[in-house]
Parts: sequence; C-alpha cells; structure tokens
Amino acid sequence: MFEERLTELKEKLLLQASQVEEMVSKSIKALLERDESIITEILERDEIRVNEREVEIEDLALTILARYQPEASYLRTIMAVIKINNDLERIGDHAVNIAEHAMYLLPRPMVKPLIDLPRMAEIAGVMLKESLDAFSQGDENLAIRVCRKDEVVDGLYDQIVRELLTYMIGDPSTIERALKLILVARDLERIADLATNIAEESVYTVTGDIIRHHRSDK
Amino acid sequence: MVKDKITIINLNFWYGKKLVLKNINFSIPAKMITAIMGPSGCGKSTLLRCLNRMNDLIDGARLTGKVIIDGQDIYARSVDVYELRKKVGMVFQKPNPFPKSIFENVAYGLKIHGLRDKNMLYTKVEQALRDAHLYDEVKERLHGPALELSGGQQQRLCIARAIAVKPDILLFDEPCASLDPIATAKIEKLLEVLKKDYTIVIVTHNLQQAARVADYTAFLMLGELVEFGPTDRIFKSPRDQRTENYLTGRIG
Repeated sequence: MFEERLTELKEKLLLQASQVEEMVSKSIKALLERDESIITEILERDEIRVNEREVEIEDLALTILARYQPEASYLRTIMAVIKINNDLERIGDHAVNIAEHAMYLLPRPMVKPLIDLPRMAEIAGVMLKESLDAFSQGDENLAIRVCRKDEVVDGLYDQIVRELLTYMIGDPSTIERALKLILVARDLERIADLATNIAEESVYTVTGDIIRHHRSDK
Repeated sequence: MVKDKITIINLNFWYGKKLVLKNINFSIPAKMITAIMGPSGCGKSTLLRCLNRMNDLIDGARLTGKVIIDGQDIYARSVDVYELRKKVGMVFQKPNPFPKSIFENVAYGLKIHGLRDKNMLYTKVEQALRDAHLYDEVKERLHGPALELSGGQQQRLCIARAIAVKPDILLFDEPCASLDPIATAKIEKLLEVLKKDYTIVIVTHNLQQAARVADYTAFLMLGELVEFGPTDRIFKSPRDQRTENYLTGRIG
C-alpha cells in the first residue's frame, strides 16, 4: 500500500515536471514566433492544471506521512517531493510571467534579434529536465552537473542585461520593450535557480547530504 | 461508489447497568478494511462483538438498536445465530487454535457445516491455508499439532479456519497484539489481499496499524462514536477535537 502510493506520488511529480518544462519552452516559443495562441494556452489551460496538480501532490505527500510514517530514505524522498513540488509550481509561475511579457511585446517591433535569450531558455530547460532525471534516477553526479550549469545561465543573464542597457541608452523609445526582455531573462534566471534547487534536493534524497548554501565547494 | 455491508443504527449496549455503547450510528463499506480505534475501555471490542452477536453469551448484556447486514437486522428473532457466524467470521487477539492438527483446525468449521467428502475437504483446507498465506510453511506437516506453530503462524491458521467456511465478513479483534513486528507485517499484508473478497473490520489500539491498513476508520471514546470517515482524512485532518487529541497523543 505504502509503496503503491509512493510510486503514485513520484509519477504525479514527474508529470508535473514535464508539464512545467513544456510551459517554459512554450512561453519562449510564443515570444520568438510571435504566436498569441500559445500564450492563451499557457494562461488559460496549463497554469490551471499545474496549480491543481500542485495541491494534489501536496495532499498525497501529507497522506503518506500521516498514514505510513516513512523513515530514512523514504522520509527524505517525501521531504524532497514536497520541496520540488513547490519549486515546480514557482517555475510554472515564471513561465506565466514570460507569457505575459510576450503578450506585451507581440504587437510591438523587436528591439533586437533574440539570440542569447533562446540560448538561456534552452540551458534552463535542460537543467530542469536533468534535475528531475537526477531525482527520479537517484543520480547524484547528474545533480551536481546541473548545479554547475547555473553559472552559465547567470553569465548569460548579465550579458543580456548589459546589451539591452546599451539599446536603452541609445534609444529611449526602446526602454519599455527592453525592460520586458530583461524581465524575461530574469524569469529564466530564476527558473535555472529553481532547477538547481531541485538538483540539490535530489542529492539530499540520495545521500542525505545537504549541499545547498555552499556552492563554491562544488 | 462505496457499497455498505453493515449498517449500525442507534446501537446502545449495556453490561448490567453500565451503558458501554452510546447510540452508535455508522455504516461499514463492503470489501474494504474498516478499523475501529480508541483508548482502552472505549467499547471497541464490544462494538465488534455486536456484529456477530458474540455478546449474546454474556450475562446481563443488553442491546437496543439495529445491526443490519445485507438488509437484515441480525438481532431479529428469525435470525439463526450459527448461520450468522458462518457469514461473519472472527479472529481474536490471542491465536486460539484447537489442540488438534493443522488440518483438523481448518477442516473443523467445514465439518460442522456438513462437509464429509474427503477430497473436497482436503481441497478446501488447502485453499484456505493458501489464502491465509500459510500453506507453503505447513504443507509438509498438515497433520502435525497446530500448537507447535509460531504465534504468527497460529494467527494465520486462525484466519485460515475463519475463511474456510467462506464468510462475507471477517472481524479481527487486535489480531496482532501478541505478535512481533515481522509477524504483524505478514498479517497486515494478508489483510490487504483478503479485502478483495471480504469485508474486514479490525479493532486495534495501535494507531499506526489503523493508519497503515484501514480504508475507513472509526474513532470511539467512552462508548461514543466520535468520528468516522476515510482513513486518509481522519489521520490528516480530523474534524473532532477529541480525535485530534487522541492522534497527537494528548489522550489515550
């Protein structure tokens, strides 16, 4: 009974992860391809499903804790599921933010061709996917590699901000649009951070070691 | 949709002048495990014994209200108690095999219900032992004495004895109270399998056991039914403060 429910819990979490992952890539796609129908889908369908599933996962995790009092690695797994569940919901929120910024940018001319932003989105997406793989396969090394990729994303973010600043200084009429793009970059940077959290939770699940808060050691 | 197997209506029960069950009302769902939990002396065993009229034998015991199984009040005059107990089997706290062979223990109920054919008898005994997850451990010594089995095996033998006559309902009164954790885990696993075929009611003072095995849980205190509902809900967010206090160890 316990094992079945734990499996159900993990499956729900992975389903949530794949939906959130898809939301992130769709939000960037909407921006790049200037496609309003994708935005509508994110705002009117995906977000609602993700929120509903978040509540379901939390409820099931609590039920398992209340009824089976898991110990050791089982306890760590459920603890991690609760935290990852939270992280995933936040990632979903960031995807929604990106979709909303895209909504503003859609009818307006592009400030510049988007190159670094899609790269950032791609890396953040891979991080998210790999962090969940690390969790579901109990792969500590993969989790640590995910944490390292966060630095690449942070670097791209700084670069995007610098570049857009020059556009804003050169032509103040671009300020509003450029700011929106910075906000999109900011959302992607936060998504990568949350993927890093998930990777850290995976390490905790596997080894019982807490590796967050001292990243320079890695 | 959950189908009810047993419905308890306005049940009051006295030992002499002492009222031990106070106006109990609830329904026990079919083919599920329902746990009755509560502090010592709350009346949980008495309530369980009301479900197959085991209290009839006690001097000064008196009952009002109804216990309806499959649409019939088991306290109606027309009810044959032996037929009732064939339909509602029971397993007790302390394993109580007869001082006979393993085979005879299981065959006993079948024989008193008139089964004489040797082959049939053997087939049914084997099946009951298999269903009770005991057969493989005892197949070499079916005619050896039951009392030489371990406590956990004796308890599974009692379960085999109870299910041999194909009841609809199985009542368990603290079935693991005298067993170690491994034997307990085996019984709990067995309950999980048995519920596909039987409606199971289990009395336990062990909270964790109720949490682990039961689909529905009734919480009894001082003869009163405080709360009844799905185990998930009872253990996660009980509605009555007394249940909350019991679960968090403040009473009991």
